[in-house]
Amino acid sequence: MGDPVIRIEGLHKSYVTSAGLFPALKDVSLSIEAGEFVAIMGPSGSGKSTFMNLLGCLDKPSAGRYVLDGRDVAELSKDELALLRNRTIGFVFQGFNLLPRMTLLENVALPLIYCGEGREERQRRAHELLGKVGLEGYAASMPNKISGGQQQRVAIARALVNRPRLLLADEPTGNLDSKTSEEIMALFEDLNREGITIVLVTHEADIAQHAKRQVKFYDGHIVSDQATHQQEATA
Amino acid sequence: MMLAMLGEAWRAMGANRLRTLLTMLGMVIGVGAVVLMMSIGQGAQYAIKQTIAAMGSNLFVLLSGSTTSGGVRSGGGGNLTLTVGDADAITELPGVQAVAPIHPGNAQVVYGPNNWNTSIIGTTPDYLEARSWPVVSGSAFTDSDVRSATRVALIGKTAAENLFGSEEPVGKTFRIRQSPFTVLGTLAAKGQGMDGRDQDDTIIIPLTTAQRQVFGSQFQGSVRMIMVQTATQEIMPAVEKSMTDLLRQRHRIREGMDNDFFLRNLTAAADSAEESTRVMSLLLGAIASVSLLVGGIGIMNIMLVSVTERTREIGIRMAIGARENDILLQFLLEAIIISVIGCFIGLLLGIGGALLANTLTGTMVIISASSVVVAFSVAAIVGIFFGFYPAHKAAQLDPIEALRYQ
Repeated sequence: MGDPVIRIEGLHKSYVTSAGLFPALKDVSLSIEAGEFVAIMGPSGSGKSTFMNLLGCLDKPSAGRYVLDGRDVAELSKDELALLRNRTIGFVFQGFNLLPRMTLLENVALPLIYCGEGREERQRRAHELLGKVGLEGYAASMPNKISGGQQQRVAIARALVNRPRLLLADEPTGNLDSKTSEEIMALFEDLNREGITIVLVTHEADIAQHAKRQVKFYDGHIVSDQATHQQEATA
Repeated sequence: MMLAMLGEAWRAMGANRLRTLLTMLGMVIGVGAVVLMMSIGQGAQYAIKQTIAAMGSNLFVLLSGSTTSGGVRSGGGGNLTLTVGDADAITELPGVQAVAPIHPGNAQVVYGPNNWNTSIIGTTPDYLEARSWPVVSGSAFTDSDVRSATRVALIGKTAAENLFGSEEPVGKTFRIRQSPFTVLGTLAAKGQGMDGRDQDDTIIIPLTTAQRQVFGSQFQGSVRMIMVQTATQEIMPAVEKSMTDLLRQRHRIREGMDNDFFLRNLTAAADSAEESTRVMSLLLGAIASVSLLVGGIGIMNIMLVSVTERTREIGIRMAIGARENDILLQFLLEAIIISVIGCFIGLLLGIGGALLANTLTGTMVIISASSVVVAFSVAAIVGIFFGFYPAHKAAQLDPIEALRYQ
């Protein structure tokens, strides 16, 4: 499958707190190949959110190597990290995080502004992506006029608009009911089949069942890393 | 890219219209005040310059001084110590351009049924040159008129209107006291003098005619004052010195005795008036600039609030690929747009205010391109200066913290 999209070796991350240095991640190593669909699991405080922030280039590791798409993140400048977040990574958040004052179309087109696309290309791609998540008719709507599931679809469209190799989803179904969650997960599975690498953080086992591989964190370590047995999946 | 960012800044401003307008108001008032004050200040400066130009430049006035006779000192001009001979002698001094001995007075003038009391100036043709006072119709009298004491007159605009009404004065004969005079020419309008008197309410006649036929004089050669114009302003001090020495020598004033004449530098008085107006308009501008500063601080204050309110938005933008400079530019643009729009409205209000002041009080105002340019550039600088800190603060936010912000 060629070079892995993500290669992590001996990753450490510590935070300075009032009680001293708090190690959130201790010696984590992980490789994710292109086209994988990985669920990161673990209880709160296990380090999975810290791990996601590092994966998303929002934060830099204290020690260890993180090679994303062939580039060592530690060597990149802030602007180069921003470029990675813009081009290589798509983010989907638990709280959707759409900008409330913008129409859905403008929300989806926003990442394209930061890579300097022209207005017409932005509109065209945003329309295309809204169509892909089944919300073509909502282009001019405002985010507060649509349901949570629809908002998350818009957020996914936004994450995909710049054709990233990697989609990072942090508890994408945490604010949704179980039926809508299933729809969103089905969308993720479709996207994964089209070749996008997906890393998804969740603490719900049935959500994780949609992924092909499950990595469990506990106390800053990876405690298990195994392929999902599809036959065990429960609806 | 820039266009998209401008659109976003506009939208962000529109999201909280009242707040945006109030922030803008600070700039509006600041710029309006600066433009208004500069207009009024420059108008005042211009008015003073006009007055100086009307008076004539590089002028000295010599006044007959006091003499002491038996312990009684007469006031300035009380004794006619200056003579036509003094005037002729001064003409010979280097640097002197024009010398006009003057015998002034007031008299009743009559033309047909009209009569009017006006100021009469008996002098020589040099007077018009010294005061840069052109004849607009007809012609000036000449030195030969002065030598032969002919009864000819040049008439100022106000005097002409009161005496002749709508008639053309040139060639008409009127009477000063009982003597008939022919109008040779009319003088250009000069307006108010430094002392507020109407300079156009004047009739100018040859010096000798005034002395012998209108006012009479104990001593035919004496004059009350002499106006002296130098070639340039730089040589005025040197001429002042040589003139004083000459007159002391001619009047046989011994070492240690007071002058029996007064020498005044008219230009110096006008220059100091101009200087004080300049200082005043600077002061007005400085005070107005303080309100501009306050407006700028208002912008910074609101932008800081805005950055805090939109922390989460900043986090989202960073997560989807905004660089620090993108965030910086976004907030900076907002501040600059607020400043520039506020500046534009302030400019209109300031100009309107200046025109209103002109209409209501007749104050001379000048709306110069420079004050418009200054106001606009100051607004842009204020926008950048006071917008930079909040924008920088936004750009430096940690994306993780910002995303977590509720």
